[in-house]
Amino acid sequence: MVKRALARQLITIVLTALVGGLLGATLVRMAPGFGVQESDFNAQLGPATRQALHQQDERERDVLSYYGHYLAGLASGDLGFSRSMNRPVLELLRDRLPETLRSLAIGVGGGWLFGLALALPATWKRSPAYSTTASLITGIFLCVPSAVLALLFLVAGSPGRIAIALIVFPKVFRFSRNLLIKTYALPHVLTAKARGLSSARILGWHVLPNIAGPMLALAGVTVSIAFGAAIPVEVVCDYPGLGQLAWRAALARDVPLLVNLTLIIALVTVTANSFSDLLAPAATRDVI
Amino acid sequence: MTRARWIAVGLLTAVCLVALGANLLAPAPYAKQFRQDTDHAPSRHYLLGTDELGRDRLSRLLYGMRISLLLAPAAALLTTLLAAIIGGVGAYAGGIWDRLTRILIDLFLSLPWLFLLLTVRALLPLDIPAVTSVVVTFALLGTLGWAASARVVAAAVRDLRNSEFVLQARASGCPPFRLVLRHVLPNVRPILLAQFWISVPLFILTEANLGMLGLGVTEPLPSWGNLLRELENYTALAHSPWLWAPLISLVLVVSLFQFILAGEEYAA
Repeated sequence: MVKRALARQLITIVLTALVGGLLGATLVRMAPGFGVQESDFNAQLGPATRQALHQQDERERDVLSYYGHYLAGLASGDLGFSRSMNRPVLELLRDRLPETLRSLAIGVGGGWLFGLALALPATWKRSPAYSTTASLITGIFLCVPSAVLALLFLVAGSPGRIAIALIVFPKVFRFSRNLLIKTYALPHVLTAKARGLSSARILGWHVLPNIAGPMLALAGVTVSIAFGAAIPVEVVCDYPGLGQLAWRAALARDVPLLVNLTLIIALVTVTANSFSDLLAPAATRDVI
Repeated sequence: MTRARWIAVGLLTAVCLVALGANLLAPAPYAKQFRQDTDHAPSRHYLLGTDELGRDRLSRLLYGMRISLLLAPAAALLTTLLAAIIGGVGAYAGGIWDRLTRILIDLFLSLPWLFLLLTVRALLPLDIPAVTSVVVTFALLGTLGWAASARVVAAAVRDLRNSEFVLQARASGCPPFRLVLRHVLPNVRPILLAQFWISVPLFILTEANLGMLGLGVTEPLPSWGNLLRELENYTALAHSPWLWAPLISLVLVVSLFQFILAGEEYAA
């Protein structure tokens, strides 16, 4: 059973790479300006040299041949060259990844911390006033664009990365609150309460094992949400991460760089989702 | 529906009517420059002041709201249609088609939404005419935002496909087209409607984010996204509180949507 699930997740990851790569290769060819070379405007080059340079590029005009080269490069760790940044894509990724990982760690970690810190009392107290206040707070953050949130943090002189946490936390709060309310209403939890077990023991032994699976699935989704929020936050706060790189690539119309970035981030999120899907059944314990 | 939700619906309707009547209510055309009054503070003539090009802020806000409030539902309609076609048809066909639909939806959901939008937006010329940029921005939102809705629709259609009344209709010789039209579609309609309403505020917010990044609706056409760019001049925010007007109106409209949707969720 585990082997089958593992195989299914691996197939999804490989499919993402293959389909994403093919889409990327096609998109690069559709981009305006594809095939136009700087050498065409170089008066110092003769027609024979220009023709030789064009012939060299002819091989890349066929999508499938280009895709084959692209995949071969991908397999050997060559992600191509960014024209706008004038550097290899891999080098750019290596430089900027730590910054984005820092943003993601604060965003995902903070989002879960805020979300659970609000959701647990909402479940325990079941007070309408608390529930309304918590819903209002989360509602406000659901209504503000992430770029504006980052800007507000910048104005306040606080680290803009917290904005990512505030984008993630309403989703964590809403999902976990609903899940916790349902789980606390299960007969075995009510029995445990009636027997006088402490809140900590009920949470640790009877509630958490029940909700671990869906919560892990949500963890995978929050990585994707945090990646999306990282773009405006890094742009507004001038953090040199992958989000800012994607934005610069979009403005400079550096489609190969953008396609590679999207593909890599898709692979990271698919892997995170697959990992959480695989862990979910193992983490969920039937306690009834 | 509770009284609070009725009030929210009423407020949202009022905002939409104000936005729709922008050309009647706005004191000036959105692109008209009052060059003698650039960066003017609010006054009797300019209720929200003028921007650095001398354009009336209130007029731009009203026209911007009209663009977002007209085109976000249009994009939501497109996304709901795509979700219904991809998710609904795949799940109804079953077997390999259902599995392929699931994979496609999972693939799309795993792609970070804003990264995908940036990639596809970069394929189009950046210096396109303003009106084209509006259509392109919202068409992109509508075309790329279908996956989450498709998953919900597919799950509902999958349940319906195996439900007793559909099996009974099929057993009694009901043709497939009639089966879909008379038995499946009426039962999926509330889900499609919910997905449509969920998509509208999402697209308004995404356009605002794209606009702030300079990749949304282009000048001189106003939209919530490019109006919010004035907030980037944060040294002026302290002594020009009227610069917050686009953000306040955006939060008000999106929160009204959220409030109405949350009510629907609890009612369901």
